[in-house]
Amino acid sequence: MAPSTDTRPQAREVPEAATDSGPETLTFAKALNAALADEMAADPTVVVFGEDVGPLGGVFRITDGLTARFGADRCFDTPLAESGIMGMAVGMAMNGLRPVVEMQFDAFAYPAFEQVVSHVAKMSNRTRGKVKLPLVIRIPYAGGIGGVEHHCDSSEAYYAHTPGLTVVAPATVADAYTLLRDAVRLNDPVVFLEPKKLYWSKETVDLAALRRAADEALRTGGRISGGIGTAAVARPGTDATLVAYGPSVSTALAAAAAAEAEGRSLEVIDLRSIVPYDDATVDASVRRTGRAVVVAEAPGFASVASEIAARISERCFHSLAAPVLRVTGFDIPYPAPKLEHWFLPGVDRILDAVDELQWDEPDAPGSTAAAGTGTDPR
Amino acid sequence: MTISTGRTPQAAVGAESGSGAVSALLPSDVPVRLIDADGAAHRDSRYPLPAGDLLLEAYARLVAGRRINDQANALVRQGRLAVYPSSHGQEACQVAAAAVLETRDWLFPTYRDSVAVISRGVDPLQVLTLLRGNWHSGYDPYEHRVAPQATPLATQLLHAVGVAHAAKLKGEDTVVLALCGDGATSEGDFHEALNFAAVFHVPVVFFIQNNEYAISVPLKNQSVAPSLAHKAVGYGMPGERVDGNDVAALLSVLGAAVQRAREGGGPALVEAHTYRMQAHTNADDATRYRSAEEVQDWVPRDPLVRTRSYLRGLGLLDDAREEELAQAAEEIAAAMRNGLNTDVDPDPMALFEHVYTARTTQLREQAELLRGELERDAAERDALAPGATGATGATGNSGTAGASR
Ligand SMILES: Cc1ncc(C[n+]2csc(CCOP(=O)(O)OP(=O)(O)O)c2C)c(N)n1
Repeated sequence: MAPSTDTRPQAREVPEAATDSGPETLTFAKALNAALADEMAADPTVVVFGEDVGPLGGVFRITDGLTARFGADRCFDTPLAESGIMGMAVGMAMNGLRPVVEMQFDAFAYPAFEQVVSHVAKMSNRTRGKVKLPLVIRIPYAGGIGGVEHHCDSSEAYYAHTPGLTVVAPATVADAYTLLRDAVRLNDPVVFLEPKKLYWSKETVDLAALRRAADEALRTGGRISGGIGTAAVARPGTDATLVAYGPSVSTALAAAAAAEAEGRSLEVIDLRSIVPYDDATVDASVRRTGRAVVVAEAPGFASVASEIAARISERCFHSLAAPVLRVTGFDIPYPAPKLEHWFLPGVDRILDAVDELQWDEPDAPGSTAAAGTGTDPR
Repeated sequence: MTISTGRTPQAAVGAESGSGAVSALLPSDVPVRLIDADGAAHRDSRYPLPAGDLLLEAYARLVAGRRINDQANALVRQGRLAVYPSSHGQEACQVAAAAVLETRDWLFPTYRDSVAVISRGVDPLQVLTLLRGNWHSGYDPYEHRVAPQATPLATQLLHAVGVAHAAKLKGEDTVVLALCGDGATSEGDFHEALNFAAVFHVPVVFFIQNNEYAISVPLKNQSVAPSLAHKAVGYGMPGERVDGNDVAALLSVLGAAVQRAREGGGPALVEAHTYRMQAHTNADDATRYRSAEEVQDWVPRDPLVRTRSYLRGLGLLDDAREEELAQAAEEIAAAMRNGLNTDVDPDPMALFEHVYTARTTQLREQAELLRGELERDAAERDALAPGATGATGATGNSGTAGASR
């Protein structure tokens, strides 16, 4: 007599999307907002809650208008207590709902850490899949906005290190929309890291087309193709691969543009999801280019960047012309606004690392002569 | 599913509410007791004494609960269970927690509440899976609506609030009873759970078994509140204290709180005053922090003894009936022994299941690594087996592992 807790993807009634408006200019924040609204419209079990997410619409306005449109039962403010928010989300997910909770800032998610690592991540495994927790933990994340203390942490390693959590970090407006819709639909808990510095960035996207693709997947009970778990080639190149995610993708792209002016063709991989990590896309790129630099804002010691560098070294060793390098934040607490510029991986620091990739050894596997021939057993 | 009902605005205990509003939330000065240690009944105008047949049913469960505790302790000594946090002395709380709930309600237990979980109908062998070391939880939480037994203190109280909140939003008639110990009331999650439950006005009954100790730390080092039940008033919900060794009082007080929650009255906090008669677990040495005399003091207050005296006084219990109840408890114990004396080796390949709905590339690779190791081990065992030709148990084992994809 299991209650209505069947959380498998099911074909659902989806309201017809509004008339096709074609490409439009959209902010990252608005794309996230649209994704939440569309998932709430499509699925009455989706509920949104957190601190100030109700009538105010969240401190970053990501939940703007949701209470007005869907009612205070579907989008509501909670008392100020992150563990409470997370623990309540666990229970609501146990009882058939799909909670999407907001942690107000990265460093203010820490009070919820015990719930995340001890319950959110483990419930399915502990109960042998009987209790699934289809919930999304949205976290405004990382720096570059001149925020004061405790507003700029890159906390992905804590979550990525915890088996059972899916960890997503979009870098484009289109991905913000598509990955969030995919996250809400996933039957596993997702830590959804939203780079704060991108919230007000704009891109021209065809939201209606993205919406159609997501709705179509919903109708057929499937996942959105190109959703969580697949990395993207953000910029093709031939000489070296920059691997980045979330806030570092735009920096890596800027570095690649600058390198082109200097005559070097850099490929940029946007991981999109840190967990699951898409070895295949990264490895294929590195085996082609023979060189890799991993770019991330978080302190580098024991970091996601370190893990990626290690994986590339293990799996692409025979294709590498140079050691895999990391360009990351320093191993210090996130600095004060006037100093963050020196901390964050910037274009110059990335280009300096690229310069160090042993370009002058003619027989190296990744040298121009040997490029494209590298293959590894794995 | 349509979400129908919502948050009910509550008359908060604010500046304008008179002292009457506050005192209505306060627990009674002494714990509610309906049957005393000698088996004599007490009248209480607020809490009726449960009928004799209900108490006889509860007594049967007390006898079974005591036997389950004793048997589990014995199984630890025999190396069949890794550890057992016994509820010896707290059986009245355990039995009452299960008895006041309907099938559609939810129970949120801790590591110490195995007897409550079994009392709700979960197979003892499934319950003991955790303590046996086979897997972290052995039962399907949806089957009997019992959450996995929680070890991180007070965390489960928030899950209980979430289940109740979802039930309310979906318009389900579900009450949630959440258990915790006295020590757990110092945790932040205890506070957050009570506050959330009160603010969202959800049907949760928080039930503290105050057994005087959190491992070695006595209650006076945990809290200097007048009682733990008094904490309720700070959240705007009623608190009540009850004699935790009096199953009649527990059934009546918890039953009233559950009924009130079911009728939309919101959450409540009930504190039972009881005592942990044994060490925290078998791994603990209680003589290091409490005296034998103190423990001895609680022996006459045993929850089984007073219920038995009361029922015998009513003429509902005689030697023959006692014998039947003991026999029924013995059968449960025998099933525990039989089940736990058979070794069932968990399948190592199951390690990779249910981490993610779709196995990641990395987990697929790691599963292959382990499969290779298992096959190599099996081959080595086969080679070593005297005169083995392959049809051995060892090959059978690796076959099982291989079959689990
Ligand atoms: C968050 C957390 N901290 C510490 C522990 C270790 N621990 C397990 S039981 C326990 C004592 C709990 O005492 P109480 O809440 O009174 O319950 P009881 O064991 O007496 O039933 C402690 C400290 C834990 N399980 N969880």
